Amino acid sequence: MRKEFLFILKNFVRMAILMFLVSIVAFFLVSVSPIDPLKVNVGQTALGSMSQEQIEKLSQYWGTSISPVRRYLSWAGDFIRGDMGVSLLYRQPVSRVIGVKLSNSLLMLGISWLISGIVGFSLGILAGANRGKRLDKGISAYALITASTPAFWLALVFLMLFGVWLKILPIGLSVPIGTEAAEVTIRDRILHGILPVLTLSITGISSMILHTREKMLEVMESDYVLFAKARGETGTQIVLGHGIRNILLPALTLQFASISEIIGGSVLVEQVFSYPGIGQAAVTAGLGGDVPLLLGIAVISAAIVFTGNFTANILYGIVDPRIRKARNNI
Amino acid sequence: MKQWNSRKTMYCFFVLSIIFLAVVTVIGYFSYDKAMVVDFSRKNLPPSFSYPFGTDWMGRDMFARTMTGISMSIMLGVLAAAVSSVIAFSLGIIGASMGKAADGFVSGLIDLVMGIPHILLLVLISFALGKGFKGVVTGIAITHWTSLARLIRGEVLQLKESQYIKIAEKLGHGKLKTAVKHMTPHLLPQVLVGFVLLFPHAILHEAGITFLGFGLPPEQPAVGIILSEGMKYLTMGSWWLALFPGLLLTIVVVLFHLVGDILGRLIDPGRIHQ
Repeated sequence: MRKEFLFILKNFVRMAILMFLVSIVAFFLVSVSPIDPLKVNVGQTALGSMSQEQIEKLSQYWGTSISPVRRYLSWAGDFIRGDMGVSLLYRQPVSRVIGVKLSNSLLMLGISWLISGIVGFSLGILAGANRGKRLDKGISAYALITASTPAFWLALVFLMLFGVWLKILPIGLSVPIGTEAAEVTIRDRILHGILPVLTLSITGISSMILHTREKMLEVMESDYVLFAKARGETGTQIVLGHGIRNILLPALTLQFASISEIIGGSVLVEQVFSYPGIGQAAVTAGLGGDVPLLLGIAVISAAIVFTGNFTANILYGIVDPRIRKARNNI
Repeated sequence: MKQWNSRKTMYCFFVLSIIFLAVVTVIGYFSYDKAMVVDFSRKNLPPSFSYPFGTDWMGRDMFARTMTGISMSIMLGVLAAAVSSVIAFSLGIIGASMGKAADGFVSGLIDLVMGIPHILLLVLISFALGKGFKGVVTGIAITHWTSLARLIRGEVLQLKESQYIKIAEKLGHGKLKTAVKHMTPHLLPQVLVGFVLLFPHAILHEAGITFLGFGLPPEQPAVGIILSEGMKYLTMGSWWLALFPGLLLTIVVVLFHLVGDILGRLIDPGRIHQ
């Protein structure tokens, strides 16, 4: 029990260090940027017509005149206390902007993550258990094509198909245009979420299929499956009794490690559907030079990714009896 | 005459794919000028024989634009794949053969780069370099090495346990010499396959980041820009603006996947009889 605790603690410390490094890297990247937030958001002509004092006031607001190390320290100090600064474009605390955007995205991301994981896992097992047959070839080809399709292009095609031609689904946003927040029904939310979820689940599926298929092939070649066949077990029995039990854990790990990909995919997909989520906020912040918001989003999404990895490590280390034993022997 | 077998079919397919990709690159490279021509007398034409992908609202030939964009993506892919393979190979070898501290450093570095979602990292790098073409190229080139480095590191760790490496060490070869002389030949096929399989990622990310509006000015023909413009005209019925460029992009990426896959099978001696 103590060893388990130490293992978790070690992973946790590692995650904290990585978080710290990520924040430094992200901060470094945004502060070396030659993009002058004054010019982007105030405009060259407006700057020209302002007095020196006004410009100084603005440059204080956008924080362009303090040294980067001091800025990092004060930013990191505030960040730990939960104050991520004020978004320059939205003119609201970054934590609130991220909170709103994240709550828009989270459900969509979560559902797509679950769908792509479950469907990918099942398809991978089907393909692996039917090696070389038509079903396997079909599923493998599907995995190859989805791995090669740009998510945002697929989103465009769906938009064209369902939004423009068939007119059965709305073409963007997370709620209908021109309705008040109180009048938005759950039905509206679901209708607006269908296409993004569909796109993300379809494109995020391929690595899961390929991975599960490989593992399933290994299992099917193993001696214990041969023995099971000799005992007269049917294909379904073998898959359920020996296949899934052996490949569920690595698949779970992969699933937790794929969080980063699905967040990345959502940045593009949200852009296509004008879905007001965290990805779209990141793009707006990046294009508009809203440094606090961009930083906040980078650090928060890194935190989500690391939490996923952390969970995967724990799952692997604690749940898998083989690894647990190996660790105890060292 | 020897029998025709599936291995030969693979060879043919391999060569044909490479020829196709090369032809796309070359055609695209030389149709840059054509892609920039604006001619309002032929605007918004649906696909026809002389304009296979149609024309846009400024009368630009979408076929030429798409080819130019994809050719640029492929060339950028070459750069990204080359840089990434070198980084991945060096880090993989360093991590696995230079002791525990180096290994910790390398795997930490891999985790660090993988920690920020890839497209967000590209946005950050592009932002850091002032959102120009430079930012896109740098971002694509220096962020794709992680998975390959992880693969190579794992492979080197396995190799270290093999007999011939242990013998080399007992014979007094230095760590670096063992790595270069005895491990590298074993790793090269993997690096080669990894090199080809980097293309799909690099190309898709390039399309993604230009689609988001980082990078090139909007009149330039890049796949992402073409698609993001196509998106604006989608509701006006110009379906060909977005459909064909994306389709060609997908085909190119599929071919790169297949080429990498086939290459892996062809040079793997263990599968020579399959």
